[in-house]
Amino acid sequence: MAATHNNMKKIYLYSRFERFWHWTQSILIIMLMITGMEVHGVFKLFGFERAVDLHNTLGLSWLVLFVFIVFWLLTTGEWKQYIPTSKKLFAVARYYAVGIFKGEEHPVHKSAGAKHNPLQRLVYLGLSAILLPLQMVTGLLYWTYNDWAAYGLNFVSLETIANVHMGCAYALLAFLIVHIYMTTTGHSLTAHIGAMFSGWEEVSEDYKVEDWEVHEKS
Amino acid sequence: MRFIRRSVFALVAVVFLCGPAFGVGDDAPGIEMARQATKGKELWITADHSKFDALKQPFKSGPEVTKACLTCHTEAGHQFHKTIHWTWLDPKAEKEMGIGKGGLVLNNFCISIQSNEPRCTSCHAGYGWKNKDFDFKSEEKIDCLVCHEQTGTYKKFPAGAGNPAPAPGMLFKGNGKFYKSPEWNKVAQSVSRPTRANCGTCHFYGGGGDGVKHGDLDSSMRMPSKNLDVHMSTEGQNFECSRCHTTVKHQIAGRIYSNPAAVDRKSLLEDDLGAKIMCESCHSATPHKSEIGMKLNDHTDKVACQSCHIPTFARELPTKMWWDWSQAGKMKDGKPYVVKGEWGKPTYMSKKGDMRWEKNVIPEYYWFNGTIESITAKTIIDPGAPVKVSRPIGSSKDHKSRIMPFKVHRGKTPYDVVNKNMVIPHLFGKDKAAYWKGYDWTKATAAGMAYAGLPFSGDVGFVDTEYVYPITHMVAPKDNVLACEACHSKQSRLSSLTTFYMPGRDASRVVDAGGWFIVIASIVGVVLHALGRIFIKGRKED
Repeated sequence: MAATHNNMKKIYLYSRFERFWHWTQSILIIMLMITGMEVHGVFKLFGFERAVDLHNTLGLSWLVLFVFIVFWLLTTGEWKQYIPTSKKLFAVARYYAVGIFKGEEHPVHKSAGAKHNPLQRLVYLGLSAILLPLQMVTGLLYWTYNDWAAYGLNFVSLETIANVHMGCAYALLAFLIVHIYMTTTGHSLTAHIGAMFSGWEEVSEDYKVEDWEVHEKS
Repeated sequence: MRFIRRSVFALVAVVFLCGPAFGVGDDAPGIEMARQATKGKELWITADHSKFDALKQPFKSGPEVTKACLTCHTEAGHQFHKTIHWTWLDPKAEKEMGIGKGGLVLNNFCISIQSNEPRCTSCHAGYGWKNKDFDFKSEEKIDCLVCHEQTGTYKKFPAGAGNPAPAPGMLFKGNGKFYKSPEWNKVAQSVSRPTRANCGTCHFYGGGGDGVKHGDLDSSMRMPSKNLDVHMSTEGQNFECSRCHTTVKHQIAGRIYSNPAAVDRKSLLEDDLGAKIMCESCHSATPHKSEIGMKLNDHTDKVACQSCHIPTFARELPTKMWWDWSQAGKMKDGKPYVVKGEWGKPTYMSKKGDMRWEKNVIPEYYWFNGTIESITAKTIIDPGAPVKVSRPIGSSKDHKSRIMPFKVHRGKTPYDVVNKNMVIPHLFGKDKAAYWKGYDWTKATAAGMAYAGLPFSGDVGFVDTEYVYPITHMVAPKDNVLACEACHSKQSRLSSLTTFYMPGRDASRVVDAGGWFIVIASIVGVVLHALGRIFIKGRKED
């Protein structure tokens, strides 16, 4: 495994609200995927009518939650965790491609000031700034299809909206698969998932946090 | 406004995640009026016709009764003369075009009344239309009784050109039934506002038999169960036809060829003098009140109520779906014969050819703006494709069109091979030229076309034809409506309507293929990565 288990210390990484929104959002997204796939005709579970009804309610709930998440990110300054950087980006990528198999240590360690490695920052930024909003906007448009004329949106086609919404759903599903797998790459198989429940993550005491990783907070 | 409504809904939905149903009772506008109109009928009638001296005369014929009616109902005669029930012609079309069953329009049942009047006009609300000489100006020739009598004993003779059998009665060889002459005074004194049975006298038996034509109108609609028709059900609202087919001065609301039943979709709240012919007249454009009602209401701009609320037609009695005239004329021992199939309905008749009956029929769906285009015997056709003798007009691009269920009656029908038009055969009559006497298509067609004043090359062929009926009766109770999946699925009922995107039915092959590719690639990727980690870890421990 990656880390040496000798000098570990526990740090409080994920606050209560952060953990709440993470897990609530994950449940909402997974339920949205299930109901959305049913509406798309992939399988039969709830029945079309119930699936549509659930999907709409879940989607709107997610929208409200997302507003709270963004508000929290902005007011706590946690948005800075998502500032992308190219430093060590390729080192991290190389680690997952090669180093992990050789038992090397992860090139970037977690700290309260830098929860995400450069690769995570890039992926999460893309997710929260592009993919999720795109999914919400297309979802909202899809839902309000009958009001498009009143909004002056006659030039939009339902087919385009549906296809973008569906494309984003596939991308989210692919992300989810990789995301869940990546939780197993900590110093133990469940270390990362455990931290997402408790808030506490075990990190190596020896590691010196580099300046670029830390921003003024913490 | 709508956005605000949606926003409020969004908040409510969030607060109650799976919010409770928005309960609204049976207090829709119009329901109380409907009750008054249908329950306790005596309140609505201020005259007892059995007490009228004018109706106590010794009548011997229909026209004598009509004359008596007109002594009080002084305006009824010329009012009625203007209606299609009298003219059998589209009031808006040029007369020369012959739009109307009294003109040159055809169907793929018995095709045309031209030269066949005595048989076909037994459904005309008039007496004695047996040939071109019928006097359309005569008010006495109007048959008031067929629509207004309430004894249920008044029957016209099937081949009597609109006349009942003369006293004392007559046997009709076509069905082997004996038709009694009416007790004129009894039927005359029984008159009242038309009931389902009155309208059904003709409209249930169009095409000469029960359920032949419409599919959503047959004798089961006389006293329908709630399952068959939620409005007309005797257990429920017990609506008469005129409850929706609002009638003013004998003009009965309804579609006439290319004249829509209603031009504007509005409720009686918007215009309480409007016809009640549209579902929306009473139910409004937002009739659904359930949890998901808002999404269902979103459908009413594109989907006619009938599409979901009439899941199948001909639910109790079969209707004719196929009629192949080209097979007519076969004989057994030199005599015409009949083969009966399921439900006792003919599957072969020497007179008429092959036919097929069906029950519980799933409609076909078309975009429909309320108008139907019909061809006439003058229209040039393309015999290479099924000829649409009548077809619904509309498109997904037209905001006045909605998806509507139809019965499509298909068949093989005679046409002029050289001139490329549908022909009018002379079917009924005592003369040898009549097909049902001589069984000779060329002679019958020559006679029919000559009667209609149209050219005929002498060469009869048969071509595939389609004739449409909008399905609008037999509205099922709300528990029996179509599920969303009936349309929103890969096996969609609407699979033939391809000019628009429909969730659940349509999908982009590129998006789906690309999407599943990245999903599967992710799974393969993480599995290989995990195997790599396990494999290399294991080797190091060796």
